[in-house]
Amino acid sequence: MPSFTITVNGEKHQLDVEPDTPVLWVLRDHLKLVGTKFGCGIAQCGACTIHANGNAIRSCSLPVSAVGDLELTTIEGLSETGDHPVQKAWLEHDVPQCGYCQAGQMMTAAAFLERNPDPTSEEIAIAMNGNLCRCGTYTRINKAIQTAAKNS
Amino acid sequence: MTRVKTEINRRSFLKVSAAGGAGMMIGFSWLAACSPGKVAEQLTIPEEWFDINAFIKIGENGVVTIFSPNPEIGQNVKTSMPLIVAEELDVDWENVIVEQAGLDTGKYTRQRAGGSQSIRQSWQILRMAGATARRMLMEAAAKRWQVAVSDLITDKGQIKNKLNDEVISYGEVALEAASVAVPEEVELKDPKDFKLIGGRIKNVDGQKIVTGRPLFGLDYEREGMQIAMVVHPPAFGMKLASFETDAIKTMPGINDVFTIDATPKEKHWSMVNAFPELVVITGQSTWQVMKAKKALQVKWQNETPLESSQDHEELLIDALENKKGNVRRQDGDPDQVAMTADRVIEKTYSAPFLAHNTLEPMNFFAHVTEEKAELVGPIQTPDALQEAAAALLELPIEKVTVDMTRMGGGFGRRLYGNFGLEAALISKKINAPVKMIYTREDDMTQGTYRPAYRVTYRASLDQDKKLVGFQVKGAGIPSSPVFPNRFPAGTVADYKAETVNLKTNVSTGAWRAPRSNFIAGAEQSFLDEVAEAAGKDPIEFRLELFERAISNPVGENNRYDPERYGGVLKLIKEKAGWGKEKPGVHRGVSAYFCHNSYVAQVVDVAKEEDELTIKKVWCAVDCGIVVNKEGAINQIEGGIIDGIGHAMYSRMTFDKGVPLQSNFDKYKLIRHTEAPLEIAVFFVENGIDPTGLGEPSLPPVSAAVANAMYQATGKRWYHQPFTIANQEEIVLG
Repeated sequence: MPSFTITVNGEKHQLDVEPDTPVLWVLRDHLKLVGTKFGCGIAQCGACTIHANGNAIRSCSLPVSAVGDLELTTIEGLSETGDHPVQKAWLEHDVPQCGYCQAGQMMTAAAFLERNPDPTSEEIAIAMNGNLCRCGTYTRINKAIQTAAKNS
Repeated sequence: MTRVKTEINRRSFLKVSAAGGAGMMIGFSWLAACSPGKVAEQLTIPEEWFDINAFIKIGENGVVTIFSPNPEIGQNVKTSMPLIVAEELDVDWENVIVEQAGLDTGKYTRQRAGGSQSIRQSWQILRMAGATARRMLMEAAAKRWQVAVSDLITDKGQIKNKLNDEVISYGEVALEAASVAVPEEVELKDPKDFKLIGGRIKNVDGQKIVTGRPLFGLDYEREGMQIAMVVHPPAFGMKLASFETDAIKTMPGINDVFTIDATPKEKHWSMVNAFPELVVITGQSTWQVMKAKKALQVKWQNETPLESSQDHEELLIDALENKKGNVRRQDGDPDQVAMTADRVIEKTYSAPFLAHNTLEPMNFFAHVTEEKAELVGPIQTPDALQEAAAALLELPIEKVTVDMTRMGGGFGRRLYGNFGLEAALISKKINAPVKMIYTREDDMTQGTYRPAYRVTYRASLDQDKKLVGFQVKGAGIPSSPVFPNRFPAGTVADYKAETVNLKTNVSTGAWRAPRSNFIAGAEQSFLDEVAEAAGKDPIEFRLELFERAISNPVGENNRYDPERYGGVLKLIKEKAGWGKEKPGVHRGVSAYFCHNSYVAQVVDVAKEEDELTIKKVWCAVDCGIVVNKEGAINQIEGGIIDGIGHAMYSRMTFDKGVPLQSNFDKYKLIRHTEAPLEIAVFFVENGIDPTGLGEPSLPPVSAAVANAMYQATGKRWYHQPFTIANQEEIVLG
């Protein structure tokens, strides 16, 4: 089996996996970073969102062979102690219901705020549109991102 | 203060030992405890724990662990149930650790997440658990100080002697309290003295969720664990014929390919699965098993007729137009009234099958040996799974354990634990621990859907435009959505409710607010039309009907309280400023009673060119005492968004038994840009014992939206999903 070296949350990991293995399953099965969630496997729900060089991407659709030098960041590496402005805002607004989609929501939000630090609620909704939440926490997410923007 | 007899289950007080070590009660430390406060890591974990009862253990340093008995599906009971215990125990919430309890219905009675019943059915039990523990601690302190219990008061985990202001913490008397006799009676707090209940308390798992800690079934991991996936028939009505294993078994990381049959020996309510016989692939990692699954060659055979959505629609239409209904309630003779009425309004509404689509797909961990079965995972009915697994595995029930993980959504899907049984059978077969995982496609196409519904309403108005007759005939595949004794039963002298149930081989189950999720919208849309025909304001029209039910109810079996029903309408009328013109805003109203709670909603829609936008949803709720305002409002907001989404966009359809939607590229769920940006929630304050909140805000909202869209467009919306069934592009934003 081929060997790959990828950087996740600032640490290099050497992996012996098949080249088409999605980063999602490398994270979950091999690196035991289970904060990144499996929702659909076809980049439609956003539960598996991580950062690649700071851009929000769907890890279910990124094969490990395509990672190369990309610096990957997962929810576990978004901040050292859970104090990223997005995480703090999520707690302040008590956003989660079941909580399953929220890591993906937060990763999309964090990358978006880097590009657009002062968004309108409409811009937030558009940026977040690829992340599904069956519990219906969209209104809270929108407000939390506005709070995170203020505190960033 | 209320003095009550302690009815709390006696087994709840069985002492494991007076002074045991941490984790003594359950061995489920994987789901490590969570502290409500942000100071989780700063809490000093006690060296010794003293079990006071099944809900409470107290450490020598005063830290309190409260066990949350029920499964957590996102309804936030893991916060609100312990909160009730903490209230009566009178402890500082920041000093509380919450742990998920293990399954033990002997100790905890009802350990289920369903029917919005967790709080309602456990309210007294949880209060008594806290109050009896508090009393036992006070008795221990009284004995130590040689004073009367009446000389003592408690506050935030401390007991104070009123005579000399001496103070002792719960932790210091916990050892003695653990051996105090359980009091025969306890005093419960007067609700006006509540310190925690009614506040805004954050989710106890919040910190873990936002940092991506392992919490969910899919995150569960065990040494030596294999991964398994199942393959079910592609169509309802088909079953397995044969499959090729050779090409699969040699694929990297694949351990085995075989079949299982989870057909229960005796019919069990929780087993609604259409596909008990499955092909299983086991292997070392998820991706390897997924790849093998795609490569697997299976032949299927027809077993029962293959149904298409067109067949379903024809069946439903035929049922309403031609089939004799089962009359579930009749007052007077509404058919006769209709013949002589000044005006008869008749409208038909429908809604499709829906998938649950919890964001976490079905999965379960199992380790089954000859002697015992250990099951861990997301399940709304752990007791039912335990029972079904024991029967299927032919093990004594005490040899089957079921531990509950946090669930990535429930919505009714995880009431039916076929996936837990499948995991158990797989583990038994491979003689190893296994985590069984559904792909999204497996999850969406295996059934347990919300039934498909169609209902016709008929209202008769006399020459004074007074509502004098009301009829509802509802058909469903497989069951009708009609509640014969709910509103407007009891308000009209001539009333009839009929049902027709139709057979199908598509498997169905409870889906958030079963039946209500459709019938509320249909009924409240129809009443909007009837109010218009009667020339009345839609709120005034409903209030007049409630007035009839108060002053002169028809029949005795009317399952709603017209005062409380009207109360939420009056509240929303006031809060939303109903009746005042708002330029550019078109409004619709709706109200419904289900799961013992009353909800009224006003939806504000704006129309710009051809684009409709939901600007704001106003929602009034009477659920009695609100336990945790933060969680309660979150539930209500979620139900509203979920309800709007499914009414507007979602459906499951079939072609010759094959589900045509298998992932989120074809099955549309509401997304961020379509959700209302503002939802305002108002509670009726009445001090009545709390009732359900996980479901009641969902059912009425489809009508509030449809009625507002009618005001904006002049068009009525009869068939769900509104965007597809009406062949119209509605843009919501």
